[in-house]
Amino acid sequence: MSLRLTKGGRLIDRSKPLGFRFNGQPMHGFAGDTLASALLGAGQAMVGRSFKYHRPRGIVASGVEEPNALLGLGTGARFEPDQRATTTELFEGATTTSQNHWPSLKFDVGAINDKLYRLFPAGFYYKTFMFPRFAWKHVFEPIVRQSAGLGEVPKDADVDRYEQAYGYCDVLVAGGGVAGLAAALEAGRKGQRVIVLEQTPHWGGRAMVDGGQIDGHDAADWVAAALAELKAMANVSLRNRTMVSGVFDHGYVIGYQRVGDAEPGSDKPRHRLWRIRAGQIVVASGAIERPISFAGNDLPGVMLAGAVRDYIMNWAVAPGQRLVVVTNNDDAYRTALAALDAGLEVAGVVDAREAASGPLIDAVKARGVRVYEGHGIAKVKGRAEVTGVELCRQAGEGTVVMELACDAVAMSGGWSPAVHLWSHCGGKLFWDEAAVMFRPDHARPPTGADGEAMARIVGAADGKLRLCEIMEEFGLGAVADEESAIEPVWLMPARAPDALRFKAFLDYQNDVKVSDVQLAAREGYESVEHTKRYTTLGMATDQGKLSNINGLAILSDALGRPIPATGTTTFRPPYTPISFGAITGEARGELFQPLRRTPIQGWHAARGAHWEPVGQWRRPYCYPRSGEAHGDAVKREILTTREKVGMLDASTLGKIVVKGPDAGRFLDMLYTNLMSTLPVGKCRYGLMCNENGFLMDDGVVVRLSEDSWLCHTTSGGADRIHGWMEDWLQCEWWDWKVYTANLTEQFAQVAVVGPKARAVLEKLGGMDVSKEALPFMTYVEGELGGFRARVFRISFSGELSYEIAVPTSEGLAFWEAVAEAGAEFGITPYGTEALHVMRAEKGFIMIGDETDGTVIPQDLGLGWAISKKKEDYLGKRAQQRSYMTDPDRWKLVGLETLDGSVLPDGVYAVDAGHNANGQRNVQGRVTSTYFSPTLGKGIAMGLVRRGPDRMGEVLDFPGDNGAIHKARIVDPCFYDKEGEKANV
Amino acid sequence: MSEAVSALGGKSVKGFADVAEAGLVGMVTIRADLGTKALAKALKALGLPVPGQRRIESAEGRQIAWMSPDELLLICAYAEAPALVAQLSEALAKEHALVVDVSDARALFRVNGTKADQVLTKLCPVDFALLPDGEIRRTRAAQVAVALWRSDEAEISLICFRSVAGYVFDLLEVSARKGGELS
Amino acid sequence: MLILHCPYCGVDAEESELAPGGEAHLKRFGPGSSDEDFEAYMFARKNPKGVHFERWRHAYGCGKWFLAARCTATLEVFGTYKAQNPRPHPDIVAAVKAKRPGWEGWK
Repeated sequence: MSLRLTKGGRLIDRSKPLGFRFNGQPMHGFAGDTLASALLGAGQAMVGRSFKYHRPRGIVASGVEEPNALLGLGTGARFEPDQRATTTELFEGATTTSQNHWPSLKFDVGAINDKLYRLFPAGFYYKTFMFPRFAWKHVFEPIVRQSAGLGEVPKDADVDRYEQAYGYCDVLVAGGGVAGLAAALEAGRKGQRVIVLEQTPHWGGRAMVDGGQIDGHDAADWVAAALAELKAMANVSLRNRTMVSGVFDHGYVIGYQRVGDAEPGSDKPRHRLWRIRAGQIVVASGAIERPISFAGNDLPGVMLAGAVRDYIMNWAVAPGQRLVVVTNNDDAYRTALAALDAGLEVAGVVDAREAASGPLIDAVKARGVRVYEGHGIAKVKGRAEVTGVELCRQAGEGTVVMELACDAVAMSGGWSPAVHLWSHCGGKLFWDEAAVMFRPDHARPPTGADGEAMARIVGAADGKLRLCEIMEEFGLGAVADEESAIEPVWLMPARAPDALRFKAFLDYQNDVKVSDVQLAAREGYESVEHTKRYTTLGMATDQGKLSNINGLAILSDALGRPIPATGTTTFRPPYTPISFGAITGEARGELFQPLRRTPIQGWHAARGAHWEPVGQWRRPYCYPRSGEAHGDAVKREILTTREKVGMLDASTLGKIVVKGPDAGRFLDMLYTNLMSTLPVGKCRYGLMCNENGFLMDDGVVVRLSEDSWLCHTTSGGADRIHGWMEDWLQCEWWDWKVYTANLTEQFAQVAVVGPKARAVLEKLGGMDVSKEALPFMTYVEGELGGFRARVFRISFSGELSYEIAVPTSEGLAFWEAVAEAGAEFGITPYGTEALHVMRAEKGFIMIGDETDGTVIPQDLGLGWAISKKKEDYLGKRAQQRSYMTDPDRWKLVGLETLDGSVLPDGVYAVDAGHNANGQRNVQGRVTSTYFSPTLGKGIAMGLVRRGPDRMGEVLDFPGDNGAIHKARIVDPCFYDKEGEKANV
Repeated sequence: MSEAVSALGGKSVKGFADVAEAGLVGMVTIRADLGTKALAKALKALGLPVPGQRRIESAEGRQIAWMSPDELLLICAYAEAPALVAQLSEALAKEHALVVDVSDARALFRVNGTKADQVLTKLCPVDFALLPDGEIRRTRAAQVAVALWRSDEAEISLICFRSVAGYVFDLLEVSARKGGELS
Repeated sequence: MLILHCPYCGVDAEESELAPGGEAHLKRFGPGSSDEDFEAYMFARKNPKGVHFERWRHAYGCGKWFLAARCTATLEVFGTYKAQNPRPHPDIVAAVKAKRPGWEGWK
């Protein structure tokens, strides 16, 4: 049973007790505790159940590598599942819950899986859920979904704030242990800009627990002095609680700062994601201890040896009162000494090595502790907690030679350098046979923009486990105990039979055992990447920090080849899971993406506009009056506009000025028709194609002066088309004298449309807008109603129509003036849907409806807008390809249902026969379809094979539920074919 | 003209730095060969030099900023922008040049306080420690284009497109919120 | 995430300020060209594992297009240069040759 010791604990403040709850049970810890140390201190050994077999699990580690202690933390809008207890700071009132059990942690129905373990080997899912086929959907998937997943999904929106920040430095140090601090001092003293990131709240790393001497001082004193010096340097910034999550191309480093985690409800952001550019990255991320595989190595009370002494020395928590230490190296003896110093009993040290000696071993023996050399653990005894261990010869098959009673086991299979950050961006490793570890290969580092090394790796992350080795690189003398050689031990005992291997766990979180990896090897999974996916080894949220090396050693053994021939799986960011909040930063809610607003936006909102997103704009779809359905509002807006007058906020329309001696020539290349011949003061509708011949934008071009034109683009297209123009001007015709400026937002544009439009403008006054002074497709500049205005006589509805551009700053005032002037004529604002219906009634195409990136102007009956005279324009060559000139292409037609109903949008016209996939052949599709209030029936446009040659033919359009809609091919212009209404 | 309003009407908010929309400001885009004498002469008439790469220069309450190798931005009083457009167009009539009023297409913000840098550090991929006085930096603030410069001691000015002024204000407000200082 | 030096405004811009534009130094073929030439211009794109010349626009910065020589495998950047060069700038070619002695050339 774990407990809080009465003395010691360098990180806790006993004067500040903190209350918290675990599964509803009130408990308490101290300021400085992690959730893990607080739980252990409160005697809670079992903290969850495993994912697959629902076995009882306890805390194994003291840091980021912890696989078991994942808790639900918080309540309501601050609830978050899967919080790692070992890296979460305790705070007053913390509410925690364990996971993976039902109905309770102690009594769990799913634990039956553990008894049935032989039924659930590796690949169980792949093998079991294949047949019968129908069973997946109706039987297996519902069951799997019910039991899958780790923790509960939060139900409420997260109330916390998250943010990101950019950082820049010459040297970024990942890790604030002694190696990291020494590297920071080196760079800082040279005057380089240095950022040091440390994932825990504390500096100094393992040296603070394991001691030793640096530069003639105790390690802790040296750390304190180094910190003081670094803090005094203006060119160095130290950030604790900040983990380096990933290392990317060109010195890009992501840091994950836990700013307000331990202060829920404070004004701090919860997490901050640092996006740092570093000239050089120093990886000083330390090492992670490996477990040893023996039967029952997952029982609560079996822990990493390093973690055991962390809990004792950092938090004054004893994982048990009578310990057994099991090891293949000398380091674990430090745990025995720490336990003895804390007044705990050490029942014995089980050392797999036949003979080992050194000062650490001697010191333990000198304290009267028996060392069982050449022995291993055959089995850990106990059900939900450790009650003892059975010892056997390591070289044998598990014959029990004796039993030791204990309540905790400290295991050490050696240490693996945390090479993740070195490897993220391509740094390579080599297998060090003697040290039994993968180490960074300094000859093959990750490289940066200049092709040179962008990272350096130091300290334990570089495979230097002893203090004197670590500090030598920095020219600092250090003293640490001598240690004898480690011996590789991947399974205990070496020839463990099935019964033991079935309970020897490699990956605690995903419940992968030695037997699973061996099974995978037998079934032909030779690649470590395949074995990983087949067994799920290392695929849990700890990403195999404890299990990967052990697993690939077992795999290598099963395949009879050396470890380096098997290799490692790929290390990928993030180093440990980071919050979605941090990744999202400020981009949530209203800031999820930029919302573009016209100056009239507030007016629309105040009138209850129903919105339609158009690019990043949000335009009024219609203005429903109280109680009015959207469809009715659209109908009313159309009829009022057609009969009287309507007004539209057209500010979103793109407006690009093109000026220069070569501007006409340039526009002739850009548009399919001639713009250079457009007289000053006139407007012309133009089409733009890409080099593939496909129609990409359209709009009215206006000749402003001898050498300048104003190009209107579609609402969503202004930036794209401006970029398109600049691309050609900068990269292809860079010697042409043309300047462009995107003036989209300089002008608010208001369309005044309908038979009374002229009357409204005349009421505003100040400008002659008569048919004679301002004929159709011309424009005039001057003062209208006291506003600086450009008035264009253009029409997208078929009605008498003016579009008036005024400076955006006066847009709202102008809009209100129009509304006021129009009141006596019954003016109504109308939205985009009315706009769409009215243009469809006229048979005008809409980019994005009639076009989809595969349609050329010739398909749309727009041949009149394509100059025959021009030798060249963008897209012309492509339009000459045989496929584009094929008479069988689908072309634009009008479609009219036989019964006047509205065709469903996007439906296909079927043809005789079936294609190779057994689907009906098709010969056309609907591109726009509306109810026309003007005509009182459904109207549609569509693309139909040889459509214009087939006027009057009736096509079948299958809809939902077996319905067949019959529609006749007609002219696409349904309203005022002669165009008399616009030209009055 | 009396009815002209800026994007946010001078909206402001206080945080660990203060954020304010600056109201109506005149802005004129000049596209031309920056090496021509006519341009130098036209600007000299306003007391302004042709700015060097990424420089922003001030004189008599106006600023002239280098936006790209063939583009300058003149910042002035809102009311004088149309006249300045006419004056510069006239002066550059014989050159290949484009002078346009963009006063209504932009919004200007001031971020004020000793920690103003930190507000922008959270939004822009810019090394503010190396951003000198008198440099204009065109970059990105979260998802939109901006241009920014040190307009005073402990003040950064920022220009964005008018349609996204609301978005930029909200970005600056959340970044400047107390408790979010980068210590 | 890359950093590329914009040769127009002199800023070392990170990738999020830039917009990619595909392969550089394409020769445009218009009306009158053969199907083969047009196909090569319109559709055939290099996709080397190694040195690649490509177009980038400093979209959030000065708005100018520039060209970059970059190794697609290691992301090493050999240099950036203005878009008005019809072929890789000699300095860039020299920089690539120095780093990749066996390089077969840009065409």
